[in-house]
Amino acid sequence: MNQNAKKVMVIGGGIAGIQSSLDLGDMGYKVALIEQEPCIGGRMAQLDKTLPTNDCSICILAPKLSDCFRHPNIKIHSLTQVQKISKKEQGFTVTLLRKARFVNEDLCINCGLCVEKCPSKVLDTFEMKMNKRKAIYLYYLQGVPAIMAIDKEKCLYLKNKNKEKRVCGFCEDVCQHNAIDFTQTDTNYTLESDAIILAVGSNQYDPTPLYAYGYKKYKNVITGLEYERMISASGPTEGHITRLSDKKHPKTIAFVQCVGSRDVNTNPYCSSICCTYSTKHAILSREHDEEIQSSIFYIDLRAGGKGFQKYIERAKNEYGVKYIRGKIAEIKIDENENPILFYEDLDTFDVKSKKVEFVILACAMIPTKNSDKLAKVLGIELDEFNFVKSSIDSPVNTNVPGIFACGACLGPQDIPHSVINASGAAAKASEYISRTKR
Amino acid sequence: MDEIRIGVFVCHCGTNIAGFVDIASVEEYVKTLPHVVFTQRNLYTCSETGLLAIKNGIEENKLNRVIVAACTPRTHEPLFRGICSEMGLNPYFFEFVNIREQCSWVHQKDREKATLKARDLIRMGVARAALLEPLEKFQIDVKPSTLIIGGGISGMTAASNLANQGFEAIIVEKDIELGGQLRHHHKLYPGNMDSQEILSIIEEILKNPKIIVHTSSKIKDIDGYIGNFDITILKDEEEIKFGVGTIIVATGTDLLKPKGLYNYDGKKVITQKELELLFKKDQFNFKNIVMIQCVGSRNKERPYCSSICCMTAMKNARYIKEKNPDAEIIILNRDIYTSGTYQETYYRDARKMGIIFSRYNESKLPKVSEESVIYFNESMKEEIEIKYDLVVLSTPLISYGESKELSKMLKVPIDEFGFFLEAHVKLRPVDFSNDGIFVCGTCKWPANVPESISQGYAAASRVTRIISKDSFTVEGATAWIDQDKCVTCEICLKKCAYKAITRDEEERVIVRTVLCKGCGVCATTCPQHAIEIRHYTDNQVESQITALLEGDLVE
Repeated sequence: MNQNAKKVMVIGGGIAGIQSSLDLGDMGYKVALIEQEPCIGGRMAQLDKTLPTNDCSICILAPKLSDCFRHPNIKIHSLTQVQKISKKEQGFTVTLLRKARFVNEDLCINCGLCVEKCPSKVLDTFEMKMNKRKAIYLYYLQGVPAIMAIDKEKCLYLKNKNKEKRVCGFCEDVCQHNAIDFTQTDTNYTLESDAIILAVGSNQYDPTPLYAYGYKKYKNVITGLEYERMISASGPTEGHITRLSDKKHPKTIAFVQCVGSRDVNTNPYCSSICCTYSTKHAILSREHDEEIQSSIFYIDLRAGGKGFQKYIERAKNEYGVKYIRGKIAEIKIDENENPILFYEDLDTFDVKSKKVEFVILACAMIPTKNSDKLAKVLGIELDEFNFVKSSIDSPVNTNVPGIFACGACLGPQDIPHSVINASGAAAKASEYISRTKR
Repeated sequence: MDEIRIGVFVCHCGTNIAGFVDIASVEEYVKTLPHVVFTQRNLYTCSETGLLAIKNGIEENKLNRVIVAACTPRTHEPLFRGICSEMGLNPYFFEFVNIREQCSWVHQKDREKATLKARDLIRMGVARAALLEPLEKFQIDVKPSTLIIGGGISGMTAASNLANQGFEAIIVEKDIELGGQLRHHHKLYPGNMDSQEILSIIEEILKNPKIIVHTSSKIKDIDGYIGNFDITILKDEEEIKFGVGTIIVATGTDLLKPKGLYNYDGKKVITQKELELLFKKDQFNFKNIVMIQCVGSRNKERPYCSSICCMTAMKNARYIKEKNPDAEIIILNRDIYTSGTYQETYYRDARKMGIIFSRYNESKLPKVSEESVIYFNESMKEEIEIKYDLVVLSTPLISYGESKELSKMLKVPIDEFGFFLEAHVKLRPVDFSNDGIFVCGTCKWPANVPESISQGYAAASRVTRIISKDSFTVEGATAWIDQDKCVTCEICLKKCAYKAITRDEEERVIVRTVLCKGCGVCATTCPQHAIEIRHYTDNQVESQITALLEGDLVE
């Protein structure tokens, strides 16, 4: 490959960052793909199926993950975060912080022997904390790079490192490839880059402060992403729809829309994707168990994407999904922990209630936790909701020349929109470099 | 012929396969199969350790065929083929057997049968591997230029991006000038930017030496393949021919004219587009306005949401209110589509300005008479009559009739509504499944201005991947016609979805290998059995079937 190849840094290894990287790598740019987690994949890796085709999410994502990993022009920097950026006359110098993995990337073959031996259990963030993993772990089964990482906070060896007597360290003993390396430390390093693409994605709104919905208070009220893991065959319940209170399989499920969105007290904007993803959940629920009756409580039904309206019709006609125009005021429970939803029927303006066995809250998409900090580091403007600010005539540009943005950090959007913006940002980065460098 | 020496690598895939299939017994069994000179089990064959094992296996045992029994070729075949190439073995001497999806994943509850099935599948793989033939992938030259069909905002965006990267772009626009639908728009939401402002890109396009613009032109014929398309256009009755490496389809959409709906007359009952024309001409002078949403959409005939109409109606209603706060505006709707960040605030502000939103039900459509609109108000459970002096209908974006013709020329699909159909709705949103052809803007689905611009950039990115290189690699597993058996009946020629079969100068029916996808439709329809698919020859497939029948069949 050309030694003078221009370089682009892509920050965020979700589907948007992956797509930008692949396009730029194919164009001949050297790409540094920065991911803060141990593996790339982002939110899409957590999803069970994608709509409206009900394709298995990881099955269509996995080839992209390995394409990224094997691409001669792409280098994945996992467990890495951006610390500082300085603008040069041409391009940028970026200071990165790489968290210690405590596993040698070149030696680990992901055999899993260490995981078996590790005695320390930790709530699994990939599984939305619905089950536990070990302190040494693969972020998720199909994760790339497919190598273990050690959770510094939970590793018995590392926690007791300063004690006289060695504690644990079983993983080191059992590893046949000498891949465990407790001497690793967090390291700072710098990379030069001719352009930057921001693809840091989004988070799910935590509905705990909305007391009336009873999330965390009632075991049978969970969030959309939690449900996504629950219906996934590789998830915490191996795809079995299970109430958290009594492990029973619910037969009636309510999906509540606009939780923390279209709400001036939390997030005033519409999250765009929930009407259709709840529809997907309802369809999949019925596919898991023919007896499940789903109801979706909504304000306006928003299904503008390709094939989405038909998807909703299918849900109604073939899967018996009920759509109820109603805003949930409060959720209570009965003596068997069955949730009872109190709502205003927006068609009749009557106050009604409905008892179900399980409730899924379709929570808003919100900016990632550190987006404001990162924006400051990069010098880019955010909008009033802390999403990256763009304009209608330059939808993937930020206010800083040479820094572009794509995916859900621009605002709530679905996978096709993210992929489109990601390719778009790649084109803009290439144009920027061509114009400034040729 | 050299002795056939097959090596089989059976993958545990951690516990993914080994948890449900007895890998050790499978390996023992495989050792007994003909031509198998080496076997090995790997925890993860695709890991660096596994790959090294394959390399050593080839070297130490002089393997000339390699089989990996593991997961799916879709994700891992290129990797293993690459390793074979590295070791000097033709990549087509690699055979993949899928014992994960086809055994461990689908027979999780029956270890014994899953194991038996794995043995059967590998036996079939071994039989085929013995008959594999070396094939070459080949390179074709790529012209670093792009044809862009349609000079609306999406196509112009793509052209500008490509030209600024140094590539040639040729825009073919059927109208007399560039600009597309945007020319008819008044302002753009949410900031009321004048649509002319965005159209300033036209000047830039016309000045750019890398962009050639043909207006009043239409596509007459498209031939060739990725890297080398031959284009014929008709410009003012004159034929112009040129060649390009790639094609972007950006033909845009039409707006439904609501003929016969709600007493549409173009005067007192008009469309949003006609309303904007009144604004532009400064001829708007109405006080009582009723807007009706979803006119001709989200119904039986067009069961889709056009997604831009709610915001358009609000934009125009707000404009009227800003000019004349006394104007009475009611927007009759089924659901308000304001998804995204600024859109909801835009809606909230519209309500604050006094614009009334009222819901009607699909089963009871509003009625428009000479002077009033009558609709059934769901909450009041009664019919309401509103006097109007202007009714504005929000109609959906619909595909141009010409899309059909173009789709045939390009051999790309359109959906039931006439919108172009991309290769994959999720992950390949601006690609067609045909190499070298891409799509952006509203010809693929209703989209607003920023979305159309993003798609223009995206298509440009996908094109740049191809034209930034001098050549493109074409798959070796393609169809081949035995001229001795061929009776030139042309059934295959008609069946081929890729225009890959043609007549040569000597009137023989031949396969244009660069266009062939190796799908096999021609081979299965040929009454003479004159067509073979390389890498999937009759011989190879039959050997697998025979091998299957030799085993203790799993029911």
